[in-house]
Amino acid sequence: MDYFTTNIDALHDQLVAGTITSADLTKDTLAKIAEIDPEIDAFLNLNDQAQAQAEAVDAAGINKDQPLSGIPVAIKDNIVTKDLTTTAASKMLENFVPIYDATVVEKLNAAGAINVGKLNMDEFAMGSSTENSAFKTTKNAWDHTKVPGGSSGGSAAAVASGQVLAALGTDTGGSIRQPAAFNGIVGFKPTYGRVSRWGLIAFGSSLDAIGTLTRSVKDSARVLNVIAGHDEKDSTSADFDVPDFTEKIGQSIKGMKIALPEEYLGEGVDPQIVAAIQKAADQFRALGATVDTVSLPHTKYAVPAYYIIASSEASSNLQRFDGIRYGFRAKDVKNLTDVYVRSRSEGFGPEVKRRIMLGTFSLSAGFYDAYFKKAAQVRTLITEDFNKVFENYDLVMGPTTPTTAFGIGEKVTDPLTMYMNDILTIPVNLAGLPAASIPAGFVDNMPVGLQLIAKHFDESTIYQAADAFESQNDYLDLIPGGAR
Amino acid sequence: MISKDSVAHVAELSRLAFSDAELDQFTNQLDDILNMVDQLETVDTTGVPATTQSIHLQNVMREDVAVNDTKTEDLFKNVPTSKGTLIQVPAIIDKEED
Amino acid sequence: MNFETTIGLEVHVELKTKSKMFSPSPVSYGAEPNTQTNVIDWGFPGVLPTINKGAYSYGIMVALALHADITRDTHFDRKNYFYPDNPKAYQVTQAEQPLATNGWVEIEVDGKKKKIGIAELHVEEDAGKNQHEPDGYSYVDLNRQGTPLVEIVSKPDIASPEEAYQYLEQLRQIVQFTGASDVKMEEGSMRVDTNLSVAPIGADQYGTKTEIKNLNSFNHVRDGLAYEQTRQQAVLRAGGEIRQETRRWDVDKKETILMRVKEGADDYRYFPEPDLPPVHVSQKWIDEVAGRLPQPPAARRAHYVADWGIPEYDAGVLTQTLEMANFFEATVAAGADAKLASNWLMGEVSGYLNAQHQELKDVALTPEHLAGMIILISDGTISSKIAKKVFKEIITNDTDPKAFVEAKGMVQLSDPAQLTPIIDAVLDDNQQSIDDFKAGKDRAIGFLVGNIMKQTRGKANPKVVNQILMQEIKKR
Ligand SMILES: [Mg+2]
Ligand SMILES: [Zn+2]
Repeated sequence: MDYFTTNIDALHDQLVAGTITSADLTKDTLAKIAEIDPEIDAFLNLNDQAQAQAEAVDAAGINKDQPLSGIPVAIKDNIVTKDLTTTAASKMLENFVPIYDATVVEKLNAAGAINVGKLNMDEFAMGSSTENSAFKTTKNAWDHTKVPGGSSGGSAAAVASGQVLAALGTDTGGSIRQPAAFNGIVGFKPTYGRVSRWGLIAFGSSLDAIGTLTRSVKDSARVLNVIAGHDEKDSTSADFDVPDFTEKIGQSIKGMKIALPEEYLGEGVDPQIVAAIQKAADQFRALGATVDTVSLPHTKYAVPAYYIIASSEASSNLQRFDGIRYGFRAKDVKNLTDVYVRSRSEGFGPEVKRRIMLGTFSLSAGFYDAYFKKAAQVRTLITEDFNKVFENYDLVMGPTTPTTAFGIGEKVTDPLTMYMNDILTIPVNLAGLPAASIPAGFVDNMPVGLQLIAKHFDESTIYQAADAFESQNDYLDLIPGGAR
Repeated sequence: MISKDSVAHVAELSRLAFSDAELDQFTNQLDDILNMVDQLETVDTTGVPATTQSIHLQNVMREDVAVNDTKTEDLFKNVPTSKGTLIQVPAIIDKEED
Repeated sequence: MNFETTIGLEVHVELKTKSKMFSPSPVSYGAEPNTQTNVIDWGFPGVLPTINKGAYSYGIMVALALHADITRDTHFDRKNYFYPDNPKAYQVTQAEQPLATNGWVEIEVDGKKKKIGIAELHVEEDAGKNQHEPDGYSYVDLNRQGTPLVEIVSKPDIASPEEAYQYLEQLRQIVQFTGASDVKMEEGSMRVDTNLSVAPIGADQYGTKTEIKNLNSFNHVRDGLAYEQTRQQAVLRAGGEIRQETRRWDVDKKETILMRVKEGADDYRYFPEPDLPPVHVSQKWIDEVAGRLPQPPAARRAHYVADWGIPEYDAGVLTQTLEMANFFEATVAAGADAKLASNWLMGEVSGYLNAQHQELKDVALTPEHLAGMIILISDGTISSKIAKKVFKEIITNDTDPKAFVEAKGMVQLSDPAQLTPIIDAVLDDNQQSIDDFKAGKDRAIGFLVGNIMKQTRGKANPKVVNQILMQEIKKR
């Protein structure tokens, strides 16, 4: 079994036909992880129940109507898995064993998918390189001296290096799309509220979304079909009908109206990436779509607004890590202040502390109006920019990142430069829109991501255009370590 | 310029402790970040409502029905120290606080 | 120098829901620690809150009973602070747009009526409980964590400890009559935070206020505030300054004791709760809750006085609790004379409950049985002496009083045709008493009645006996 030459539907057919079993597939997958992952360091923890679960799925019979039945997948480590250590890549949760499953995990289990393990990330999803993990540094699948991006760097590298076909990631400011771009795969962040956040360890609650990392567009839709939907346990999950996200895959994009914001090709974006995106625009035109230049004038304020809002919410969300009911408690603590201050100071890494500090400051007496409230107002303007464009367009396109993957250690000491790297993905989270990053070629042998953004709850149109684009190109034939 | 004292105050609110050197470093980094954030001042937001949720739902509520489906022993699986079904915490200094 | 006092009261009231404010685990009092909790109450990583609609409706009900304006569009906010009984390290509350604003409660002090304003009411979640033990550890029980609360914040209208007492008493009654809360200080379903300041009369600013804690009954509130008022006046008279501090009421020493001096305001870093969509309260929702709102105590008192001739004081006693008022009204509805029903409830019934440390809901007595007994007294079927025996039966057992007196042969003898021969026989035997009576010794009548009662084994109707006795004596 070679994950570079297959996809979910093909494996599903084999499983249904009985030419392979889920047990074999899972055994192969675990063997592949054992072979490849020591180089990549994508996994934090393997599920020792995976093989038994695969056998159980085989015994119960592969579900013909459920494409994920018997398929191994992996999960970012900020999504809680019952009885399977979940750390969010933090020393704070090094030994934390959840007693319940996230809704997305319940849904994957119900679909018969096999969770093979938990994937590395930036601690509490704070970062863009996965270098903020307390445990290991994941490598870019295409160049092991480069970062995989983040915070879902483990998810992206695991899929890009052929260890699994699909992984779950989370995206608060680009944390699915940016590592997908850096690793040349498909990363999909659904509309805020499309997928339940129950069981997602919160970072920025009004921004966090669970999504997919896969090699192909259709595989992404297959996984989203399983994890999407209203959940009574998440009051911010939308009680809307969930379509079959593959419904428009294969349909012509003739007449589709695509907007290309001038701000997404401006200063700071690598000219070779600009060229790749313009080439993609031409391909869309060739397929019968129109691509017009538009303006999203408040784009440049997205980074500051985002860092205030996400950090403010995070400062509050991460207060529960206090060393009392679960998680790390510092040794030899004498009193309550020690429990709090020492557990948190020893349990959190520097980037997490930086965000807690920024967020606490932004909410504190005397600064709330100038920081948190101002950022929330700017968020409104950024959302309105998108609303105006979507009055006339079906999709917004642009690059996912201003540069390709950077070197390990290159930016980690300079938080501000690191933050600016997220400028193209952050506006989507502020507005709660669905967006994907899909492979769009290479610059200096490193992958480039094309970002496609749609209206709220219009994921299907992204899949339609992404699939059309994927069919025009042979990027899936290229794999890390050389062409097939 | 944010002062080291304000950073120390924020650290206290956050229940985080820093060495003096760390405090200097954090002060510089926070200052850089806040300078970047100060761009927001140039945006005219007069009369602009704040967005705190991106999808506009309303009145998402649950009926008042009690469910007790969690085993107390499961809840205690990750507790560092406990006594019976109580969570144990090293002494609270200000005993009058409640 | 003369001073005026300003008192602020923040009252937390636990709502009587089945489940918690933001989690479906049960609300229950007195269970084994942490057995009424789930992952939400514990603030586990990944959990999310959900709003209890029943709790919010109770909140609306309390607000309506306090004449407050319901906020139509509102959201929840997070109040951030670290404490072991606060597992998320934030409390979900309403800071920016509270449930309701601008309510009032009417009190009466020294015969003068006064309206005390309520600045706002908001809905929030309760914290768990910390137990401090001498072994150097504290212990956390999260059973109470998440219990729905309404916090009621007074306007600076309360000018004396007595007004504070009356305000709390009225507030407790009004809220209790809604059925939204038990409002029992002793069980913690009503908790009072107080602050007090004094300033020279006519000053254009309030004085520095102190907070007083550990006030576990209305009497403690009154006593603690009175002590603090005197203490602050004395400090100012001596040229001193009041510090912003928190003091605790020492019940034994009967004084307030310094706990800590406040340095600057607390910084709770409030911001809108991102995990909960906003709440819109429609007119339909308000009307629906208003339709279920029981009649308030003041209206009931007015009705008792005007329509049933109950004295003001008695009406006040009968409306101390919803149970008593409902019981009284049901007894009258079942045919009892209102005045007699009131007397029985305030007398025998209350006496029994106090002696047994019980409440109306704990005893077998029903309004129908009490009314039945009162009717038997009114129509002369039983004497008030027999009634005491009947009462003892119907308050301890579910027994119909009429069937009981008939079965036990307790029916009073009121028929003159039966009584006259007995009375004549007694008179025949006691000529001396007849002579004494005629000589002006009224006491002789008592002796004769006593004898008649003895002959009838207490069943004779005293009123009828008296009438016949007089007629028969006159004949002699
Ligand atoms: Mg339980
Ligand atoms: Zn409160």
